[in-house]
Amino acid sequence: MYAFELERPKTLDAAKAALAGDEAQALGGGQTLIPTLKARLASPAKLVSLAAVEGMSGVKAEGDQLVIGGATTHAIVAAEAALTYPGLADLASHIGDPAVRNRGTIGGSLANNDPSACYPAAVLASGATIVTDRRQIAADAFFDGMFTTVLDEGEIITEVRFPVPQAGAYAKFVQPASRFALTGVFVARFSEGVRVAVTGASEEGVFRWTEAETALSGNFAPEAVDGLSVSPDGMIGDLHGTPAYRANLVKVMTKRAVAAAS
Amino acid sequence: MPKDHGIGASTKRREDVRFLTGKGRYTDDININGQAYAWFVRSDVAHGTLNGVDTADAAAMPGVLRIFTGADFEAVGGIPCGWQVTDRKGEVMLEPRHPVLAHGKVRHVGDPIAVVVAETLEQARDAAEAVVPDITELEPVLDMKAAVQGGPLVHDEIGSNLCYDWGFVEENKEAVDAAIKGAHHVTTLELVNNRLIANPMEPRVAVGDYAQHDDSSTLYTTSQNPHVIRLLMGAFVLGIPEHKLRVVAPDVGGGFGTKIFHYAEEAFVTFAAKELKRAVKWTATRSEAFISDAHGRDHVTKIELALDADGHFLALRTDTYANMGAYLSTFAPSVPTWLHGTLMAGNYKTPLIYVNVKAVFTNTVPVDAYRGAGRPEATFQLERVIDKAAREMGVDPIELRRKNFITEFPYATPVAVEYDTGDYHATMDKLLEIADVAGFDARLAKSKANGKLRGLGMNCYIEACGIAPSNLVGQLGARAGLYESATVRVNATGGLVVMTGSHSHGQGHETSFPQVIAEMIGIDENMVEIVHGDTANTPMGMGTYGSRSLAVGGSAMVRATEKIIAKAKKIAAHILEASDADIELKDGSFTVAGTDKSLAWGDVCLAAYVPHNYPLADLEPGLEETAFYDPANFTYPSGAYACEVEVDPETGKVTIERFAAADDFGNIVNPMIVDGQVHGGIAQGIGQALMEGASYDEAGQLVSGSYMDYTMPRADDLPFYTVDHSCQTPCTHNPLGVKGCGEAGAIGSPPSVVNAVVDALQRAGHTNVTHIDMPLSPARVWAAMQG
Repeated sequence: MYAFELERPKTLDAAKAALAGDEAQALGGGQTLIPTLKARLASPAKLVSLAAVEGMSGVKAEGDQLVIGGATTHAIVAAEAALTYPGLADLASHIGDPAVRNRGTIGGSLANNDPSACYPAAVLASGATIVTDRRQIAADAFFDGMFTTVLDEGEIITEVRFPVPQAGAYAKFVQPASRFALTGVFVARFSEGVRVAVTGASEEGVFRWTEAETALSGNFAPEAVDGLSVSPDGMIGDLHGTPAYRANLVKVMTKRAVAAAS
Repeated sequence: MPKDHGIGASTKRREDVRFLTGKGRYTDDININGQAYAWFVRSDVAHGTLNGVDTADAAAMPGVLRIFTGADFEAVGGIPCGWQVTDRKGEVMLEPRHPVLAHGKVRHVGDPIAVVVAETLEQARDAAEAVVPDITELEPVLDMKAAVQGGPLVHDEIGSNLCYDWGFVEENKEAVDAAIKGAHHVTTLELVNNRLIANPMEPRVAVGDYAQHDDSSTLYTTSQNPHVIRLLMGAFVLGIPEHKLRVVAPDVGGGFGTKIFHYAEEAFVTFAAKELKRAVKWTATRSEAFISDAHGRDHVTKIELALDADGHFLALRTDTYANMGAYLSTFAPSVPTWLHGTLMAGNYKTPLIYVNVKAVFTNTVPVDAYRGAGRPEATFQLERVIDKAAREMGVDPIELRRKNFITEFPYATPVAVEYDTGDYHATMDKLLEIADVAGFDARLAKSKANGKLRGLGMNCYIEACGIAPSNLVGQLGARAGLYESATVRVNATGGLVVMTGSHSHGQGHETSFPQVIAEMIGIDENMVEIVHGDTANTPMGMGTYGSRSLAVGGSAMVRATEKIIAKAKKIAAHILEASDADIELKDGSFTVAGTDKSLAWGDVCLAAYVPHNYPLADLEPGLEETAFYDPANFTYPSGAYACEVEVDPETGKVTIERFAAADDFGNIVNPMIVDGQVHGGIAQGIGQALMEGASYDEAGQLVSGSYMDYTMPRADDLPFYTVDHSCQTPCTHNPLGVKGCGEAGAIGSPPSVVNAVVDALQRAGHTNVTHIDMPLSPARVWAAMQG
């Protein structure tokens, strides 16, 4: 790890000011950034921790939406969203291990957009809105390929607003070593239709499986996707699975998520 | 009633108190006043010409004391190899030079090129980034078959990538070929024994120190055998006589074989400390461990088993390519040969066996012994081919094994070893009972109802432990003796200290060794302390590996204690005014046979050191004895294992539902510790079978170079085990009748796991699936089911 300055602003304005400097980097729970620093793969001059920013942590219901502060840890989401959005709470409760869940944050996960992360699937399937210090971004417009989002330099995710579906669940098949999602599928059924988002599988990062959405909107049951096939084109191939294997998992995990949500 | 002390008692491990409360003293806990820190610059390419190393900028950076490169080590020796194998034609293996730091060429990702020594670790690391090796990349050679078929040379000076082409027993080759040609049935199987990385919890650490006042060097290191390191490094690398070199291996957090070997980093810190006149410390990062610890296994094998119409084994032929990696690690040549070929008979009366092994250099991390070392590779191929033969011939795999069991002992195998004792039907009977094989069908039906496939796999194993008779291994190419030593010191007030050449890095010697002495003398175990790991205060010993500590080191301790008891009886006889032949020692008390005259253990010990009433004319004062024990034979633990798996037909994920192990370890000193050793071994075996595998890409980069991609087994991957060691045929040639239990689990478990998965797939109609290479990851099992 190279030397860096650390700031822990208490207000959003102070955080924005701190991030305006050269080579400043926002720090959420640090579950990706800190290992990256330890491996000397990044050398920011300054880290701006968002952990102490007032009003950025917590889970609350607002109308038919669940609003989660950007600095809220997975453990808090797992505990506090359990009644209002059990599918989301269940997802949060299975990210990493207890140490990860007590440090890692939803804002950090979304800003990093790891292609194997769990939260992007929930955000995209739920049609959530990512609220930043400067705008509101629909989930469909937020993710922009592996480790890439539409966030600007220094832009801070202050909260994420989830419409709560009638039914929603996440099914994850873990990569055996890292236990990130080798493929994870979140399905969410709303009165206006079903949304299906897939993480871990595609070289483009999280994506919506629209054929399954159509099929499931007509019949929200696992067998509704039986007749569909997923192309291995564009799927990730690595030590832990070929593109064909991941394509298979997209379908299998979709069925399991539907079964869990039903 | 189970015993509550002495041999046979499940005494709780006394060392765990310090391990579990953070009070252990590991090598990284050792900090010497004024120590400097070393950071290794390692090759990031698999193969290249090293034209030079530019250290100018780095040397000027803050805190840098000195930067060492290969040129600094031209005057010292290379890292030696401890075993010389002779090939089929009677010629010795090719043995390339293994420099401490690369010189002229880099040969694997991780090959050390330069070392920065600085005042602080961060300064050393900062400066290391400014060291610029000038490397012209060369095409790497990674595939073993390509390597011996004209691939790029790893070592230009030896002219070949073939280290040796070993045939065993060469004289049997024609007869084996003829028997296979004429057999009723021949089953052939090609398989890979996957490359593993040991991953002990504690990464390697080395601290070198130098004392100017007496020109002596001390190395603190994470080693399983400090005396071996002292000998290899002192005599062959640095030229330091043993009386000027002390090697200390304090608490060591797991070894699994990979801490047997002498490593460049050990020689470096010892050398650098003397050069700089101050202590030098190196602590591996986990990432560094992946590319610098010797790896294990990595065999590619074709095995053929010939049977007659009744299922009797007629002949066995195996051809193996064994990866040596880029250099010969300390015991690497012995693993695929004498620790592998000699075990190919397994538990069976196969009359004709021929084993061919081609050891090959590649641009990968060196490969050497890993828990089981050669014996898992032998067991895996044998027990897999037997299962395949049973399926092909339509016979029950258990009955096929039973039909071919060796039943009379001693038994001389056609691969040069003699099993002294065993009872393979007994362990199989016990296995069928504890695994509840009879209940399998009901469990299968339940799995089916849940949409899962279920399979049952089992296998037998035998291993050669208690390594080893020195005269025999000398003939086989070992450049070391393999005896063990112990000094037993009785103090004046009756307590004992045992200074053993065995080394404990998780095995529980500090608990189990005192149980033996307590039993022999009839005193409390807590009166005995075990000292190990320091060449300054233990007799020359060969260390711990190959499940040898109790069988060889324990035997040395027994012999020394027998000497103590014999002398103590003479002292007691003098005081009790009796003949020493009439003195009996029981429950810590010396009595004159047939009388009520007695003397307590402590009184005799005191008399030995306060010899007022003492036979000084005939007997020296004091009570301290040393014994060296050289075993007459290997020991042959054996057993039968069963694994039940469920397979998710949609994802290929395998879960271990049940695992049973019936082992014959001979006599048992501490059943709880034996259970623990078997549990750990099975965990590693399941790890190999389902999860672990070192993987290189075409450029020679280690793809599985961190825990993000190298899958270690975790607690929730493993079932509750049913283990049993009530079948006991004591070893006939060591005083304790013990055989060793450290590696059995890792040897015996992979075949049963793979047999179970193949069984599950076969039962589900995937009749074309006769084998899947380890690790049986979900993706591989799923792919196998796709046809």
